[in-house]
Amino acid sequence: MKIRQAGSRVVAGIAVPLLLLGAWSLTAREGWLPDQILPAPGVVMATLKEFIASGELQDATLISLERVAKGFAVGAVAGLIFGAAIGLSPRLNRLFGPTFLGLAQVPLLAWMPVMILLVGIDEALKVILIGIATFIPVVLNVAQGFRDVPPALREVGAVLLFDPWSMLMQIVLPAAVPSVFTGLREGLANAWQTVIAVELFASSEGLGYLMSWGRQLFQLDLVLAVVVVLAVIGFALNWGLARIEGRLGRWQLRPA
Amino acid sequence: MKRFSPLLVPLGALAIWEAVSRLSRVSHELLPPPEKVAFRLWDGFAHGGMTGDLAASLLRELSGFVIGATGGVALGLLLGLSRPANRLLGPLFLGYRQVALFAWVPLLSMWFGGGEQGKVAFIALAAMAPAAVNTWRGTSTLPHSYIELSRVLMFRPLDYVRFVALPGALPAILTGLRSSLIAAWLATVGAELFLDVAPGLGGRMNEGRETFQMDLVLASVVLLGLLGLTFSRLAVAAEKSLLKRRAA
Repeated sequence: MKIRQAGSRVVAGIAVPLLLLGAWSLTAREGWLPDQILPAPGVVMATLKEFIASGELQDATLISLERVAKGFAVGAVAGLIFGAAIGLSPRLNRLFGPTFLGLAQVPLLAWMPVMILLVGIDEALKVILIGIATFIPVVLNVAQGFRDVPPALREVGAVLLFDPWSMLMQIVLPAAVPSVFTGLREGLANAWQTVIAVELFASSEGLGYLMSWGRQLFQLDLVLAVVVVLAVIGFALNWGLARIEGRLGRWQLRPA
Repeated sequence: MKRFSPLLVPLGALAIWEAVSRLSRVSHELLPPPEKVAFRLWDGFAHGGMTGDLAASLLRELSGFVIGATGGVALGLLLGLSRPANRLLGPLFLGYRQVALFAWVPLLSMWFGGGEQGKVAFIALAAMAPAAVNTWRGTSTLPHSYIELSRVLMFRPLDYVRFVALPGALPAILTGLRSSLIAAWLATVGAELFLDVAPGLGGRMNEGRETFQMDLVLASVVLLGLLGLTFSRLAVAAEKSLLKRRAA
């Protein structure tokens, strides 16, 4: 019974996408829309295969992922340190918190023209922008998590005469694990969005560049092929993060 | 003293900025002193047509937001309240969410053109997802007893939506709308930077970058930040007053 239910769920879930795919094929076959507006699904698949065979797609993917990794690493480390600092010290929070929140209101892409003038359009631009994209959610969540450690847990540490370091490592950090993870997950999602945006605008490599190139040549099949790749990567990222989150859940320190 | 401590860091940063830009050899083109940026902002409004740019950007953002948020709330209600719709459309929507937002820019610009329509379409798309996700979550987590109660009272489905589901999910919907507003603002800047040149703050920034006028670029950043701040303040205030009325 359960299997049958799950089966009907899957059928329902793919019915609409299949319907859309059918409508798309029909539109393309009957020539209702020009190829430059909507190329046939077969053409998109052929382009996808062609770009995989030539290795261009893998290269572009690796370049984009490498940029995300670098920018995310920089932004996450900086964000963990800064978030922990303003989360733990009310004084630092009074000093830096409002400035940080004010700067965080600037839409991320608005920094792009500033950074292009300052550092040019090379790798540094991408790492800085992806870094900022990661930094903001990491700081917000880490600071909140550190602030919200249940007082009962802190009291336990005080009773056990923990020094500040043990308090941090054994009480505060374990209790804040979920917020830290939420921050890192949001940061990674932001980083991934940002790499595509920056590559569309200022790059000569990567998945975003491949799309903007396809658009300039009026090859929508290439643009759509990259959309397919992006969806696959998005799914993989989400799946991986959900698995890690499941593991971390067992670690979290909760007051009994 | 404590009251002023939030001002210490920005004032210190301004002082350092001023000092570096005056004393070091970095050219003023690359690092204009703060007062030059402030003057540029004032001058932009007084003589430079920044008011028009601001109005154009805001109009674009709000049109995209209204279209996208309306569609998003409707989609969220459908996904949260109707099981068949959830089964049919839920996986498609989740799949759509996996694709990075800016990937739609090249497609939309082919379908709607790089002009006003393409820009508003992209902003609407950006505003749609947060509204839909939060409305979906808010309505699908309503206690089951609400549905049972409405059955006992023989509510029609539309009455259930109007009198139970919408008020019950209001906090989640409002959170979604606030995220939508912020997403729409980011998308507005993105659309103005990526798509055809048109009046607007993003276009103004691009012009500043191309002609190497850092003061203009920074003045636009300041303005965009202030607007972002205003948006979140307004959204929080609206949220509070709406929720208060609900409680009353």
